[in-house]
Amino acid sequence: MASSMLSLASTSPSSSLSLSDNWKVKTKIGGFGNAFVKTKSFGRTTMAVALNVSRFEGITMAPPDPILGVSEAFRADTNDLKLNLGVGAYRTEELQPYVLNVVKKAENLMLERGENKEYLPIEGLAAFNNVTAQLLFGADNPVIQQGKVATVQGLSGTGSLRLAAALIERYFPGAKVLISSPTWGNHKNIFNDARVPWSEYRYYDPKTVGLDFNGMIDDIKAAPEGSFILLHGCAHNPTGIDPTLEQWEKIADVIQEKNHIPFFDVAYQGFASGSLDEDAASVRLFAARGMELLVAQSYSKNLGLYAERIGAINVVCSSSDAAARVKSQLKRIARPMYSNPPVHGARIVANIVGDPALFKEWKDEMELMAGRIKGVRQKLFNSLSAKDKSGKDWSFILKQIGMFSFTGLNKSQSDNMTNKWHVYMTKDGRISLAGLSLAKCEYLADAIIDSYHNVS
Amino acid sequence: MWRTWRCLTTRERRRVSSLSSGNGTGWWDHVGPAPKDPILGVTEAFLADPNPEKINLGVGAYRDDEGKPLVLQCVRNAESMISGTEFLESLSSSVSLRLVEESAKLAYGEDSDAIKEQRYAGVLALSGTGACRLFAEFQRRFYPKSHIFLSSPTWSNHHNIWRDAQVPERKFRYYDPDSKGLQFATLIDDIKHVFIEKGMFSCMQNAPDRSFFLLHPCAHNPTGVDPSEEQWREISYQLKKKNHFPFFDMAYQGFASGCLDEDAKAIHIFLDDGHLVGCAQSYAKNMGLYGHRVGCLSVLCADAKQAAAIKSQLQQIARAMYGSPPVHGLLLVSTILTDSKLKRLWKTEIKDMAKRITGMRVVLREKLEKLGSAHNWQHITDQVGMFCFSGLAPEHVDQLAKEFHIYMTHDGRISIAGITSNNVDYVANAIHEVTRSGPKS
Repeated sequence: MASSMLSLASTSPSSSLSLSDNWKVKTKIGGFGNAFVKTKSFGRTTMAVALNVSRFEGITMAPPDPILGVSEAFRADTNDLKLNLGVGAYRTEELQPYVLNVVKKAENLMLERGENKEYLPIEGLAAFNNVTAQLLFGADNPVIQQGKVATVQGLSGTGSLRLAAALIERYFPGAKVLISSPTWGNHKNIFNDARVPWSEYRYYDPKTVGLDFNGMIDDIKAAPEGSFILLHGCAHNPTGIDPTLEQWEKIADVIQEKNHIPFFDVAYQGFASGSLDEDAASVRLFAARGMELLVAQSYSKNLGLYAERIGAINVVCSSSDAAARVKSQLKRIARPMYSNPPVHGARIVANIVGDPALFKEWKDEMELMAGRIKGVRQKLFNSLSAKDKSGKDWSFILKQIGMFSFTGLNKSQSDNMTNKWHVYMTKDGRISLAGLSLAKCEYLADAIIDSYHNVS
Repeated sequence: MWRTWRCLTTRERRRVSSLSSGNGTGWWDHVGPAPKDPILGVTEAFLADPNPEKINLGVGAYRDDEGKPLVLQCVRNAESMISGTEFLESLSSSVSLRLVEESAKLAYGEDSDAIKEQRYAGVLALSGTGACRLFAEFQRRFYPKSHIFLSSPTWSNHHNIWRDAQVPERKFRYYDPDSKGLQFATLIDDIKHVFIEKGMFSCMQNAPDRSFFLLHPCAHNPTGVDPSEEQWREISYQLKKKNHFPFFDMAYQGFASGCLDEDAKAIHIFLDDGHLVGCAQSYAKNMGLYGHRVGCLSVLCADAKQAAAIKSQLQQIARAMYGSPPVHGLLLVSTILTDSKLKRLWKTEIKDMAKRITGMRVVLREKLEKLGSAHNWQHITDQVGMFCFSGLAPEHVDQLAKEFHIYMTHDGRISIAGITSNNVDYVANAIHEVTRSGPKS
């Protein structure tokens, strides 16, 4: 260890260091690279200066991200048949990334205008905050008309969730967040780092490859009063299983009964049904009951703005005064995190949603993207039903919604998918249909059938 | 008065909760209005002022001589170059690595051994604030009992950042309000000891070894007072003796002397002394990329293996906070730093900005002296960087805002970058007016 150097440094400050002290000092330190002694004169004293002594010696490698690892392995695979169904990013039928036309148009407009790059206010671009709340709740929603929504621009879904988590930690210390089992992996990291305790509510039923609705209701009921219930607004990640509107009503009932607060993560508005409005139905249902709620939004997928980090946190409050106060506190949380949010993505969204022609064009492109995924689901289902003679019900593929599908494959079966068939997916059995083309459906069906029946 | 949830009794909590029963309202009753940010709140007040003569000398954002925000030519060029490039899900890792390396070179020198040997952990961050916050969280995670020593004064947001990361702060004395310069002897003393005031009593305690010290390598914010080279050497020596960790927040590289290398001199001195430092960098001011939130955090390490480990930890912290920084700004910086013509243009533009500010310092001081002000305004030209710690009292600041519609932070910090040939007379007159009757300094 570097203790020999440290003991030199920790002698009392008033003692001067003599040359002889320097010679006593060991020069090899802990085996870390090259450590050698350099002397420097400051007129009065000379001191041995240790190089390459880091105080972070004991720090270990953080575990790799489970999803990134899939993409890396895919890239390393040389087989022609390989298929990447790990990626939660939209691909065209040609399996290429897709920049939306409206985004290109908006960026060109911005380039022509030659706008400045001044700091946004802490709460973000006002035009963006207005349109994002309108997109979520509907422009004529009373909560917007009455100024009851505190909206603050955030760094995509992640950043917006983190702002909300910090707000919960500060104003409801000890309150728990309930998250679905399973849920997006980063939810746990966000609440852990924000020091907000969490527990899970039952959600996915492996027997039906559907929703464990009774389990979900029971667990929400059992949670301590005043818990925050994290709900996916639509296109649940990773399962693709969404409650029906009737089930949403019952979920709202039990949340109100137990005095919980609903906390929506809306990362796929538009990707579930193809309609932006329809996909906001669950959030609007809760708002219509006069409930206070939190909603995190992301434009990563539906506008393809993944890397621009654009989203928002919305807090629907019982009064405009409360909304103003909550907004001010969200700002107080954001300032020591990043001061103010990035301008580029906000301008793109504001330009698109704020311009009727561009907005219409976006809605059309959204329908195309969601439509492609629905088409792929249908073809996959058809292929599975035609090829699988066991009589297994594959209809869950059609019932599941959004980019992802929980296949029901276990870890060894998922491994078989990769090792034998070069199909890359996450170990929980999730496949991203956004990465599947019509052309590959038959191949995928073969892989799934083989893994399901021949591997345990 | 608004109180936090934990201050309420169980009965009160139930009452607040019961307000929500049935229709789920009243959750946020105990949330009070937050005070305005002392710096960004000035801009808010400025924007709300309808007076056409108004001047914003609050936030540290460069203005050209017409008082307009400036987008650098190198940035405009870079923007045209990247337009239409289809960067989607993330910055490609090679571009990202290259950008981190170029940033590290700016801080540690083109020929730095640490960079050649990959002995540093670098991650791109949300400008200077984001870089500081990442480091603060990292510090908390791996040195949970440590403190951060902040200069007195320092950028106001430093206090917020380390507080929210739950790292307690301590001060070291820095600015001398009498000389309007550096109180060097006490600074050194505070590195060796820490001065604690407890009510009536004061005491000296040893600053625990291996404390974390936050230093501004150039253009100190808010004072504009930088140590001399000799003074930096002594500071480095004393910090090494006590085995303290030097963390540099470099937000104004280029604005102190006009030269990037010159402004990183303090960091190089520390490296020569064998310190393994940390550094937060911002491209907000020197590239004019304020709203794009581009910066870098780096930590020097014993070897490449440790660097990889630390980098992975920093990335993990970032992933649970915001994921990754926004790509547009990263592409702009990357394009400029890796294109030799653009990089040369950038350096010229920095020189021009620094020159305009220095010029304005001279003019402002001259005008005040010509007006016959009884006060000593030498510090206006002595101080460096964007800011002048004017010495104006809070009453003066308020009067300047109310009567003259000139906005600055309450500590009397003026952003010289906001002064122009057109408004310098107005500003000088206003300052002279409000300080006329005050005590001579």
